[in-house]
Amino acid sequence: MPQDTSPSVAGQSGDFPPFRQRHLISIADLKQHEIIELLDRAERMIAVSRQERKSLNTLAGKTQINLFFEPSTRTQSSFEIAGKRLGATVVNMSVKTSSVTKGETLIDTAATLNAMRPDVLVVRHGSSGAVELLSQKVGCSVVNAGDGAHEHPTQALLDALTIRNHKGTLAGLTVAICGDIANSRVARSNLLLLGALHVRTRVIAPKTLLPSGIEHLATEVYTDMEQGLKGADVVMMLRLQHERASGKMIPSVREYFHFYGLDERKLGFAKSDAIVMHPGPMNRGVEIDPAIADSARSVITDQVEMGVAARMAVLDALLNRNDA
Amino acid sequence: MTRPVLIENARIVDPASGTDHPGAVLIENGVITDIALNGPVGVPDGAEVINANGQVLAPGLIDMRVFVGEPGKEYRETLASAGKAAVAGGVTSFVMMPDTTPVVDDSAIVDFLIRRAEAQSLARVLPSAAITRGLQGKEITEFGLLKEAGAVCLTDGASSIQSNSLLRSAMSYAANYDMPFVHHVFDADLAGEGVMNSGLFATVLGLKGLSREVETVPLARDLQLALATGVRYHAAQISTENSLTLLKFAKSRNSKATAGVSINNLCLNENDIGRYRTYFKVNPPLRSEDDRRALIEGLRSGVIDTIHSDHDPQDSEVKRRPFAEASNGAIGLETLLAAALRFVHSDDLDLHTVLKAMTIRPAQILGLESGRIAKGAPADLVLIDLDYPWQVQESALVSKSRNTAFEGARMTGKVMRTLVGGKTVFTHQD
Repeated sequence: MPQDTSPSVAGQSGDFPPFRQRHLISIADLKQHEIIELLDRAERMIAVSRQERKSLNTLAGKTQINLFFEPSTRTQSSFEIAGKRLGATVVNMSVKTSSVTKGETLIDTAATLNAMRPDVLVVRHGSSGAVELLSQKVGCSVVNAGDGAHEHPTQALLDALTIRNHKGTLAGLTVAICGDIANSRVARSNLLLLGALHVRTRVIAPKTLLPSGIEHLATEVYTDMEQGLKGADVVMMLRLQHERASGKMIPSVREYFHFYGLDERKLGFAKSDAIVMHPGPMNRGVEIDPAIADSARSVITDQVEMGVAARMAVLDALLNRNDA
Repeated sequence: MTRPVLIENARIVDPASGTDHPGAVLIENGVITDIALNGPVGVPDGAEVINANGQVLAPGLIDMRVFVGEPGKEYRETLASAGKAAVAGGVTSFVMMPDTTPVVDDSAIVDFLIRRAEAQSLARVLPSAAITRGLQGKEITEFGLLKEAGAVCLTDGASSIQSNSLLRSAMSYAANYDMPFVHHVFDADLAGEGVMNSGLFATVLGLKGLSREVETVPLARDLQLALATGVRYHAAQISTENSLTLLKFAKSRNSKATAGVSINNLCLNENDIGRYRTYFKVNPPLRSEDDRRALIEGLRSGVIDTIHSDHDPQDSEVKRRPFAEASNGAIGLETLLAAALRFVHSDDLDLHTVLKAMTIRPAQILGLESGRIAKGAPADLVLIDLDYPWQVQESALVSKSRNTAFEGARMTGKVMRTLVGGKTVFTHQD
């Protein structure tokens, strides 16, 4: 039997202390040093992903189930690749539910999955708190791949990783998050993560898309793009869900793009070396001008690459705990 | 003829008369026949003598908002189990909400409930009747016939009438019969998909918020319509500081307007939800600490008239769900009094104020003879050990459903004995 000669990140990284968390449900659960440690781990995973042989065996023999109650090809694929690169057996499950039976399905599914003895469940669900509820019913680690408008912690990690790679550091930066803050789990996780690392955060949106109490989560709150973007190092755009553009929250996509869509003129208020981010998929011409999305300042495809690395880091950290 | 009962060596606390004095009470044929505050009371031959050992003897509680699963959802609660839970908590009468299957929107159902409750329930069950057929908010029910059948008030229970014109019409018609009109104030359109108090905490949890205007906008409308129609209006339950301002103004214009508060909103705030704990999902939602403090002040000043349990049994199937999808409601009959006594022990409210809101004020609003310790009044009484320490344990609850928001809570003060119509229906067993 040939010996496994692939590099082991866990083996290489004796300098990483054992990860204490069993699940990754929320950025709010992480201490500052745990966030930094995950980012550092992810840094090493980038190197792995860029080498010719992209496989590690740190999760060999482990079973990862991706359980998606909402369709999301990008996130699911990212987790799938991350798990496979670490040597895990990855099973994708998409669960279609009616709104009436969602809860029953969740608890029932948890019991069924638990009986299959997975090592990690990666869960996306349309209801805030659903992943937390599921984590209470299973014996394995659970990773939140997005729950309602609550959190999307791996997105925040990959965003921070992207920023750090482009700017060299997170310290002293000003990050402006623009768009539908009220309904965005990406915004919440990013505000918590960047806040924990003392990054200056701004949110910019029309009042109808700013949630109550947001001034306690973001360093600054703006309803005007020009003011909000002034001096920003990072401009993070959010996807506008089509149902928000139905006339109740904003009058029209045309007006939204005019005042809140990122174009050349508005981006001009940010620093000249500011980078542009978007969690995808983008609505070109709604929240972002196609020319900006495809410009050299856009790091959107880098975010996708960092996504795999960040998710590898999370899976590796959770499944190689000392008590695992 | 039942045996006379003498309760002696009691601290008689009756908010209706302002009494707080040692004494004895004599009960004959289910009615209070003598009250001795300063001297001995004559003891009829063969009387059962209960030594209260200095415990508080108060009127039995009247709970104005209780949901029962019978008929239709007996697995949640039956009239019998609700009655047992009620008397264990010192509640001798409760208004049963019409949210059953079928809805209590027909006099035959009121009649059925009265007969069934008399046979099954240890506590007195006071049926309410739906304001609109099927609680649909579209057509009004037969108020007069429902009253004749025994409904004590009109309410759409957990539903709230959205149509202004229908509400005006319903209030006008209810005023014909002088029926209490109890309305849950909730603007469904403003509420949208909201599931908890709007604010920072909802934002952090990623849950849609219920703004305070979801309550204050319809309350302002209701109070104006109540004034215009002359109906005896009762805002079923309020939860915000701004509602108190509206009520205060209305009360200065219309002495008939009254309001209630749920014990949940008095004792708990939005932070109790913690990490999506659905037993704390109630309607109105748990509000901020500032709102909660304002509600206590509202009771103290008399702007709020009544405290109720909002007892709403839900099975685990509908509670063990993601927060947004879980049903509203918590049980509360057994914990109502003990939870309310917290305000007495913390010196936020005096004993008279707390008991008044659960005895004589609901009795006055509903036009009942009970709720007081007076000669000729029904002998619906409770003996309370004000200093008895205990902890709420789910397994010890009598109610069929276990969705209590007070699980594990430490309480001081407990009902030791409950009498309905002079008959002991509950005795605390250590």
